[in-house]
Amino acid sequence: MTKNLRVKSSEYIDETNRISFKFNGKTYHGFKGDTLASALLANNVHLVGRSFKYHRPRGIMTSGSEEPNAIVQVNPGTNITEPNVRATEVEIYEGLEASSQNCWPSVEFDIGGINNFLSPFFPAGFYYKTFMWPASFWEKYEFFIRHSAGLGKSPTSSDPDIYDHRNIHCDVLVVGAGISGILAAKNAAKNNFKTLIVDEKNELGGSTIFENNEFNKIDNKTPSEWLKKEIKELKNIKNLEIKTRTSVAAYHQYNYLLARENLTDHLEAKDKTNKIRQRLLKIRAKKVILATGALERPLIFNNNDRPGIMLSSAIKKYSEFYGVACGSKNIFFTNNDSAYESALSLYNKGINVKAIIDIREQSESKIVKKVKEAGIKVYWSHTIVDTAGYKRLNGISIMKLSNDGTSVTGSKISISCDCLGVAGGWTPAVHLYTQSGSKLKFDEEKQIFLPNQNTSKQISVGSCGGDFKIDEIIKNLNQKLKDNLNIKETDLDNIKVEIDQENSKRNIWLLPSDKPLGKTKPFVDYQNDATAKDIKLALREGFRSIEHVKRYTTTGMGTDQGKLGNMHALGIIADTAGVKMGELGTTTFRPPYTPLTFGTIVGRNVGKFFDIFRRTPMNDWHVENKAEFENVGQWKRAWYYPINGETMHQAVQRESKAARESAGILDASTLGKIDIQGSDASEFLNRVYTNAWSKLAIGKCRYGLMLNEDGMVYDDGVTTRLGENHYIMTTTTGGAANVLGKLEDYLQTEWPELDVYLTSVTDHYATASLCGPNSKKILKKIIPDLDLSDENFPHMSFKEAHIGNIQCRIMRISFTGEHSYEINVQASYGKDLWEKCMEAGQEFNITPYGTETMHLLRAEKGFIIVGQDTDGTMTPIDLQMDWIVSKKKYDFIGKRSLYRSDTMREDRKQLVGLLTEDPNEVLEEGAQIVSELNKSPVEMLGHVTSSYFSPNLKKSIALAVVRGGKDMMGKKLFVPMENKNINVTVANPVFYDEKNERLNA
Amino acid sequence: MFLINCPYCGERDQQEFKAGGEAHIERPKQPTELSDDEWAEYLFMRKNIKGVQFERWNHTHGCRKWFNMVRDTSNDEIKAIYKMGEKPPSQ
Repeated sequence: MTKNLRVKSSEYIDETNRISFKFNGKTYHGFKGDTLASALLANNVHLVGRSFKYHRPRGIMTSGSEEPNAIVQVNPGTNITEPNVRATEVEIYEGLEASSQNCWPSVEFDIGGINNFLSPFFPAGFYYKTFMWPASFWEKYEFFIRHSAGLGKSPTSSDPDIYDHRNIHCDVLVVGAGISGILAAKNAAKNNFKTLIVDEKNELGGSTIFENNEFNKIDNKTPSEWLKKEIKELKNIKNLEIKTRTSVAAYHQYNYLLARENLTDHLEAKDKTNKIRQRLLKIRAKKVILATGALERPLIFNNNDRPGIMLSSAIKKYSEFYGVACGSKNIFFTNNDSAYESALSLYNKGINVKAIIDIREQSESKIVKKVKEAGIKVYWSHTIVDTAGYKRLNGISIMKLSNDGTSVTGSKISISCDCLGVAGGWTPAVHLYTQSGSKLKFDEEKQIFLPNQNTSKQISVGSCGGDFKIDEIIKNLNQKLKDNLNIKETDLDNIKVEIDQENSKRNIWLLPSDKPLGKTKPFVDYQNDATAKDIKLALREGFRSIEHVKRYTTTGMGTDQGKLGNMHALGIIADTAGVKMGELGTTTFRPPYTPLTFGTIVGRNVGKFFDIFRRTPMNDWHVENKAEFENVGQWKRAWYYPINGETMHQAVQRESKAARESAGILDASTLGKIDIQGSDASEFLNRVYTNAWSKLAIGKCRYGLMLNEDGMVYDDGVTTRLGENHYIMTTTTGGAANVLGKLEDYLQTEWPELDVYLTSVTDHYATASLCGPNSKKILKKIIPDLDLSDENFPHMSFKEAHIGNIQCRIMRISFTGEHSYEINVQASYGKDLWEKCMEAGQEFNITPYGTETMHLLRAEKGFIIVGQDTDGTMTPIDLQMDWIVSKKKYDFIGKRSLYRSDTMREDRKQLVGLLTEDPNEVLEEGAQIVSELNKSPVEMLGHVTSSYFSPNLKKSIALAVVRGGKDMMGKKLFVPMENKNINVTVANPVFYDEKNERLNA
Repeated sequence: MFLINCPYCGERDQQEFKAGGEAHIERPKQPTELSDDEWAEYLFMRKNIKGVQFERWNHTHGCRKWFNMVRDTSNDEIKAIYKMGEKPPSQ
């Protein structure tokens, strides 16, 4: 089977550098410069995969990123494996392994191939129609459907490769380095525009680089010779950056483009080590020049998918660029002149071309004459009605086409062949153009969708802009460059171009066969096995919108996004429904143009860099002392400090008792801190908090509650008046950034007349909260000269002090209900402060406690946590915090909403305490609360928001929100759980020290 | 991804900004005088039009200043940007 089909040495293939690789476990050889596709073809391997639905054998069809069939699993079974890679884009390297997808046990013998023979039973919408009934069977169906869904296998362990991101700002971005792109980039850069040109291939030059049609001349040279000279000059131009192996994936608004630069995929393992695999380029360009070229269209005829059937242009590229003959008995099937170029290219290399089947009546161009002179038989007005060969094409049958092109006449001629090149004309690659938001128009004459406009920010040049002939390309490119870049002269002004081709082209979207359509398989979407008959079925079943037909038939929904067949799908719909292509529109081209790996998208933001996290200045101490941590917003907060293998419950019980019986210490550095200054600071606080601030004395602290304009509790915290016009506000840990944003918003937009300045100082201070009956003694040891008497330093007041040379702010405030102090020092002294407290507290068995104990202690006191006991639907009245809502103030944020009919309802959910009948039964947070059992449906009254076992009260306590709960004191309710119903009683949410006697203990 | 011309900092990438909803909705000076319906109109009712829309934006990861933008939501063309307190351009 394997014979070498190299025909002639090519300058792009290094035949001195022989490379071995494995495909489906078998070792093959190729050369440096080969793609997996070209190397396989050189080894006469056409069969590379199985189609998705019918498991039909499929071969390599194209030579580029539009490949629908030859998608392979690269490096299967390793942690760097990648599915759905186009064999036409994989550059081979020593040690490369690849395998076919969607076949079992092998691509040669695939059990799923039975689907091909059952295909009459798998029409479009098969799954939708079949698995509707009985509904209860869906779970069984789903198992099998899921099993057969998807192409390829994703890696099962984490990706070891390194990916990177880079931002690029340029004046001009040129996408595509074919002849138009190269000339555009050259002239832009020469005119002092900072220019970047990218191309998905590893070589510049597009298809012109192997364009040797002797009847086309640029300055008396063949286009390829001429372009090679231009490319050489390119490399010496300043202001020009060239990136090959770089594929633009997305074109967003405002000329923001994402491109994937492939750096090491073509290298062998030893050269990849510690190198960046792929880089995502985030490009912001002042102007974008799209030179993305055109994709050759296939032709849609019966059994047009067999291995060995390829695009005519691909056959030419394999022959000219890679020096590979795709077959030894070649036939071309065409509706235009370009197949003749391919045929001649093979002929000139001594490769047999048996015939050309042309659906046109004739063509007068020089190249057609030349082909005829070469003795190649041309069948005019003929079409292929069938093909033969299961795993490799071995013949075609042709018949004469009727004048209107809808049927065939005469007798059938069979011709044997092993390779068929199809040429259906060219489709401009307008994918990126439409992604940018620009609109297309349909050109009836050329039967293509074209960019409708060129703006000052973006132009489409070359064949993606509708210019296919070299003379047109150069002339129009020159004018567009002058207009768009505002330049007077270019080096394109004096180029002499001679061209041959004539325009004659006959477009038939679906070619007829001697068999009725129902008995044929004319594939439109090769990857998803959608045929012309599926599309017609969808239309018969009432689908009209192209977007609906696409989803029903899955046309264009494969990994190739239907780059080859979409136009034919549109054409067949238009013909069948009797509408014009232009009116039908197209499906939406969405990014990415070719698939991107997740690694490229994520870049360096993996593992610990996935999300930012913040640590307090005392963090090292917590780590050294074996704290468990919890995430609070972006912060890592000490959660609890287990000793000797304690569980969380045991640790929290111990910490909670210690804090109330002697002394505890909490790292409160994460609380948001906002420094507020200005002559209107007091007035500002009056407006943002529900309570009054004007009369707060300097050196005093006050708890404040902040609402949203809708009256719902937004944040809370203690604010201290440091001076006449100076306050420091604390916010919740998670709310700090939002609160600052909200305050700035009001200051800038609603109250610009207020003289107030806000500065976030959260990170500038470290805070240790010292609490418990012995906290005063400990503080006295640290700051002996500070008078800590209740007269001098009462609850809710503030003192400046020094610990040694360190200045500190001390607030005597309490979130636990105990006598306590919050000591703030400059962040860099945080750990020092903490250690001093620990040392001074040693004799009192000072116990560090984490957030869990903090939550328990405050719950014993019935203090809310915004975000735990509230959820954006609780007013202060709902929280039974009427005391903090000023009745005297004319206005504050959210005040008016407290008097809306809805917020004044008596049966709103209100915060209450819950006590369980069994004091050892701890409720689950989030559990629902009902007043009746044995009723269905039962009315949910509310839910448990906080729940703990209190070691100080020796019983279970909970906070909950209950509809109308305010008036339910003492009422018995139920918390139904999976296995039992828990009896609870509504209680005062302040469970501990209701008279606040411990604050001054 | 828009390119937004912050009136204080110049052109910056959209990811530095946060959108802040419809512009020119002034907080009533005397909320207590308003009926429930009038207050609800201020509080909840926002336009979401296809076409030219006036919106507030904040340069969150920059100067933190709020400003106004006139944007055509059908094609995301930014038609004008002006500072808070300045008069909106006539259409």
